[in-house]
Amino acid sequence: MFEYLKIAWRNLWRSKRRTLITVASIFLGVILCTLMASMQEGVYAKMIDNAVRFYSGYIQLQDTAYWDHKSINNTMAWSDPLYNKVKETHGVKSVTPRLESFSLMSNGDKTKGGAFIGIDPEKENAISNLSHWVKKGEYLNSNDDGILLAVNLAKYLGVGLGDTVVMISQGYHGASAAGLFPVRGILEFPSPTMNSFGAYAEISHAQQFFTANNRITSLVIMVDEYDQVNHIQRNIKSQIGDAYTVMNWEELQPELVQMIESDRGGGVIMKAILYLLIGFGILSTIIMMLSERRREMGVMIAVGMQKAKLSLILFYETILIGILGVIAGFAISIPLIYILIQNPIPLSDKIAEAYIEFGLEPIIYFDASLPVFTDQVLIVFIITLIISIYPVLNVARLKLSKALRS
Amino acid sequence: MSVINIKNLKKIYNDTGVPVNAVNGIDLTINEGEFTAIVGPSGSGKTTFLNMLGGLDKPTVGEIHINGTQVEKLSASKLINFRLNNIGFVFQAYNLIPVLTAKENVEFIMHLQGKPKKEREARTKELLTAVGLEDRMDSRPGKLSGGQQQRVAVARALASRPRFILADEPTANLDSKSTENLLDMMEKMNKEENITFVFSTHDARVVKKARRVITIEDGKIVSDERKN
Ligand SMILES: Nc1ncnc2c1ncn2[C@@H]1O[C@H](COP(=O)(O)OP(=O)(O)OP(=O)(O)O)[C@@H](O)[C@H]1O
Ligand SMILES: [Mg+2]
Repeated sequence: MFEYLKIAWRNLWRSKRRTLITVASIFLGVILCTLMASMQEGVYAKMIDNAVRFYSGYIQLQDTAYWDHKSINNTMAWSDPLYNKVKETHGVKSVTPRLESFSLMSNGDKTKGGAFIGIDPEKENAISNLSHWVKKGEYLNSNDDGILLAVNLAKYLGVGLGDTVVMISQGYHGASAAGLFPVRGILEFPSPTMNSFGAYAEISHAQQFFTANNRITSLVIMVDEYDQVNHIQRNIKSQIGDAYTVMNWEELQPELVQMIESDRGGGVIMKAILYLLIGFGILSTIIMMLSERRREMGVMIAVGMQKAKLSLILFYETILIGILGVIAGFAISIPLIYILIQNPIPLSDKIAEAYIEFGLEPIIYFDASLPVFTDQVLIVFIITLIISIYPVLNVARLKLSKALRS
Repeated sequence: MSVINIKNLKKIYNDTGVPVNAVNGIDLTINEGEFTAIVGPSGSGKTTFLNMLGGLDKPTVGEIHINGTQVEKLSASKLINFRLNNIGFVFQAYNLIPVLTAKENVEFIMHLQGKPKKEREARTKELLTAVGLEDRMDSRPGKLSGGQQQRVAVARALASRPRFILADEPTANLDSKSTENLLDMMEKMNKEENITFVFSTHDARVVKKARRVITIEDGKIVSDERKN
């Protein structure tokens, strides 16, 4: 085998320029595709991270009726034993209760709907680091009667620190809910969607407002290891039985998952087109190479080389071109991606505005998860594998007497 | 003892629509240790004949027996192994694998035979020394003269220890000095090791060295002379 690999390797360098051009095309393709994949995955990871950290958590525990009917009536009772059970499940980092519902918020003649979320300030902070996003004023204390208001809502309502917002909503089992909440702080998130999202109040005050004493809509759970989510979800389920629904972030945010999947699909099509072009480049190199070497291949078979062995050499040549291209590509793209991960690219002007309008952060993040690289290796390998069918067929069909006369 | 036995050999090419009787009924026996030249005008069918004889091309009609094996009946893959172990080939030009050195070209055959490295190296050295190229063992064919390349080709043809070597115009691209060298060398191998040689040629000086001369015209043997 080593002997044939040696011949294959030397054959590659018989026409140096052609091999280099072919390798360069793979090299560029690999760089482009790793960068693209890295960027996509980076943006997705950030989106997931935003969604999970700011809002859904990795796992949520809810009343069984809540997911289909997100009504204040489908809340569950807070229970210390339940909380402790979940908290002590292996791999769970932190747990916090929330009571949330829709509420109208108004100030003077301005009214807007938003989420009204009761939180345990301390526990919530351990999960979403909410206090970090307080741009003006103070974070809530454990017995606060005020609210934190997302910046765009505050702007719309024309309220500042110390101003009072009127909340009107539907309370537990038909009770009416109305209350006045002074603004303690203004929240400004990096994610534009979050900035119009709603208001946070201390949970016991929220419970009072909704006449939902001791009730919560969910326990929000963070985990230590992201890839352990499904495992932990199962463990929690088996511990608490069927009385509650336990969902992971993918189930909680199906739109996000779907959006990412469809965007990834778009990326796949682009990469496929790119690699198809590269594939034809490699194929044309192989075709030229074969046509130049007909006589030589004839001689090799004439003196006693089995066609399969000759095919093996040609197979090695094709694969080696692929390997060289991938190695060269990685030599550039790995350090490049490493630098880009450390220094995400901020977008400017128009593009940034467009991003914000779509609810995205105007920064391009990069990611170095394994598939970003292994996918390219796999694709190039599959392409070269498919292309190497050609020389194999070509050798199989080679007519010895004709090849020797050429 | 006969090495080669040919009965009613015919080859009809039909790829142009007009059938060409390139070889048109040849019966021939070649004995062990013969040094035979095949001569004849251009287009008379020498290459076609030698290709069939070497198992490189299938006859349309007829039988070829080499060392007791009926060659044209072998399957493609068995035929390749038969050639590897029984026949040495020297072609007119571009015989060698260009990316391998002289040494590697000779070793290549024994590699195909699965011979151990020690044996391969020893025999390669011995053969390249015998053809007078012990100091050019590590040169690639492109760095060798035409005559040197043909001598490497002969060394390679001998590498598998065949009893029979086929050479289609081995000297056609050589000057007279290299031609003489190559022929002397072939003659030496023939005499010392009793290897059977069959070669085609247009060159009168080469014909002179042969001990048997078979003339072909229009795909048929028109004369068969033995000298002493
Ligand atoms: N593949 C082929 N298809 C059709 N005709 C062919 C083919 N190969 C050879 N021929 C014809 O067969 C005849 C014999 O050719 P061959 O090459 O065997 O002659 P040759 O004696 O070796 O000639 P030269 O001395 O020029 O090498 C010629 O008429 C040639 O044109
Ligand atoms: Mg000829």
